[in-house]
Amino acid sequence: MEPFKQHKGIAAPLNRSNVDTDQIIPKQFLKRIERTGFGEFVFLHWRFDDNGNLRDDFVLNQPKYENATVLLAGDNFGCGSSREHAPWALEDFGFKVIIAPDFADIFYNNSLKNGILLIKMNEEQVQQWMKKAEQGLTLDINLEKQEITDADGNVVSFDIPAYHKEKLLNGWDDIALTLLEEDKIRAFEEKRA
Amino acid sequence: MGKALTVFEKIWNKHVVKEEEGKPALLYIDQHLIHEVTSPQAFEGLRLNGRKVRRPDLTFATMDHNVPTINRENIKDEISKKQMEALKKNCADFGVKLADMYHPDQGIVHVIGPQLGLTQPGKTIVCGDSHTSTHGAFGALAFGIGTSEVEHVLATQTIWQDKPKTLNVKVDGELGLGVTAKDLILAIIAKFGVRFGTGYVMEYTGDAIRKLTMEERMTICNMSIEAGARAGLISPDETTVEFLRGREMVPKGEAFDALAEEWLALATDEGAEYDHTVTIYADEIEPQVTWGTNPGMGVPVSASTPTIKEAEHPEEVERALSYMGLKENQPITSIEIDHVFIGSCTNSRLSDLKRASKIVEGKKVKEGVKAIVVPGSFLVKQQAEEIGLDKIFIDAGFEWRNSGCSMCLGMNDDIVPSGGRCASTSNRNFEGRQGNGARTHLVSPEMAAAAAIEGHFVDVRQYAGVPS
Repeated sequence: MEPFKQHKGIAAPLNRSNVDTDQIIPKQFLKRIERTGFGEFVFLHWRFDDNGNLRDDFVLNQPKYENATVLLAGDNFGCGSSREHAPWALEDFGFKVIIAPDFADIFYNNSLKNGILLIKMNEEQVQQWMKKAEQGLTLDINLEKQEITDADGNVVSFDIPAYHKEKLLNGWDDIALTLLEEDKIRAFEEKRA
Repeated sequence: MGKALTVFEKIWNKHVVKEEEGKPALLYIDQHLIHEVTSPQAFEGLRLNGRKVRRPDLTFATMDHNVPTINRENIKDEISKKQMEALKKNCADFGVKLADMYHPDQGIVHVIGPQLGLTQPGKTIVCGDSHTSTHGAFGALAFGIGTSEVEHVLATQTIWQDKPKTLNVKVDGELGLGVTAKDLILAIIAKFGVRFGTGYVMEYTGDAIRKLTMEERMTICNMSIEAGARAGLISPDETTVEFLRGREMVPKGEAFDALAEEWLALATDEGAEYDHTVTIYADEIEPQVTWGTNPGMGVPVSASTPTIKEAEHPEEVERALSYMGLKENQPITSIEIDHVFIGSCTNSRLSDLKRASKIVEGKKVKEGVKAIVVPGSFLVKQQAEEIGLDKIFIDAGFEWRNSGCSMCLGMNDDIVPSGGRCASTSNRNFEGRQGNGARTHLVSPEMAAAAAIEGHFVDVRQYAGVPS
């Protein structure tokens, strides 16, 4: 996993609550056995109509968000299915950071394992940024300092569990870390046998 | 006597391999269940790093999400076929036991775990599927994980977990006639919302829960994730013990009796404290029908769809009604359906099929309605056929299929066409879940069966043939 230290990018607003992983990546793409290439299918049925044409009424289709890398989302983002294809698709589509009032638990873990920074931020602030994003908003996210800075120099700090922060900053591979605990795992197994 | 503990805390404490203040704990996993959809990338990761499956003996695989429910010998979908072949090869290469599509133990992973007795009280159980919460019905700590975590468990038999908070969902009273476990869990989610369980492990307690059978308890715990909780538990009791007695993967004789005592001791202690408690009264619950695009958008069958301007989030209600092709204030019983799906890890067990069969026996599915029954496992199908349920359903005009996840998520050919409307016993009514543009109404097996006959929703309590 690539280390995540800092990211600056255009923010796109997706002002809906309870966006589920079936919307993020529809089931027909879960048949693939690879980890990559899901980006073009992200939010498929919101982005495209039944004839494969871009829908004008879907916010992420607006040209100004074409190069967005920061997603501003509603409450309980990523609920539903445990499919890791959802963060794979979002990451492949170009999102590096997702900011929302809250995330579904499994989605949160899955994203973290793929080096995507998920930031829980109060609803008021998210709504404020969503409004600004309509006019164009670039956010500079510094994980080390736990700060988000907009183009006017306004700084907002955010919380993240220290352990998650450390992992992202270092790009650690979870399994390699756990295997360092091999003696403890073996001792546990022996004690129970 | 030590501190009074909840069933969750007892299981958690017994599985901590490593724990440090302010960090997630490393938990040992007793049972890892695998299926074809969320595992191929995990096995590939093991190969790339030259790693092995640490405990193949604690790992069990089946094929469920993708499998066709008809014409299994001739799978036309090449991508699905490749995914199933990948699972077969992965299991063979890494020494994992597999119940493939032709195996007598095949079925939906959350049906076969309990059926085989792999699911037991006190175990930690994970699977790359969010409905792993089902197994919590036995007093096991069971939750869904992503593919990276599947790889982690395969390699280490452990998982890093932030300790969740505890939420007591207390259900007082008793469910009325014709009101099922499905109605209870839908009513809980409608009342408290789709995110009230986020960050929590839910434990269902109270008189109404104690009276439920194991199959009913599984229906409840299955949908914990729809309230945001990764895991839902019910303390083990004699009902749990009797369900497991004699199952293939549990010990026999005295060894079983000794184990049963350990299981019963896991039940939440009198006076144990929870981080939060909510209460609901079973007697007040009616059969439920969802009208919207998440499982919390549900109402009693006697009610109507919401009034947009009176809703807490009018724009959400408006969008959901628009997707569903419904008007505001529309009586639920006026909603006409054209598809019926009886199946899924929520409601595809033998008792579900029995109860639905009582509704349809001697009647005919309404013209223009396509109705299918998909038993949860090969064994459920076989047992149902032994008592003639297949004949009852087929005579009424249902299709009788082979087991799998099927129309719950439509990964195989069992999909609802765009604009189609389905009365479904599954767990999710998300946009496009059963097919692009499909509209899903979540209901109990009885309610789905009655809707199949009438062509629209009816209150099953007033319906001839309601099981007494």
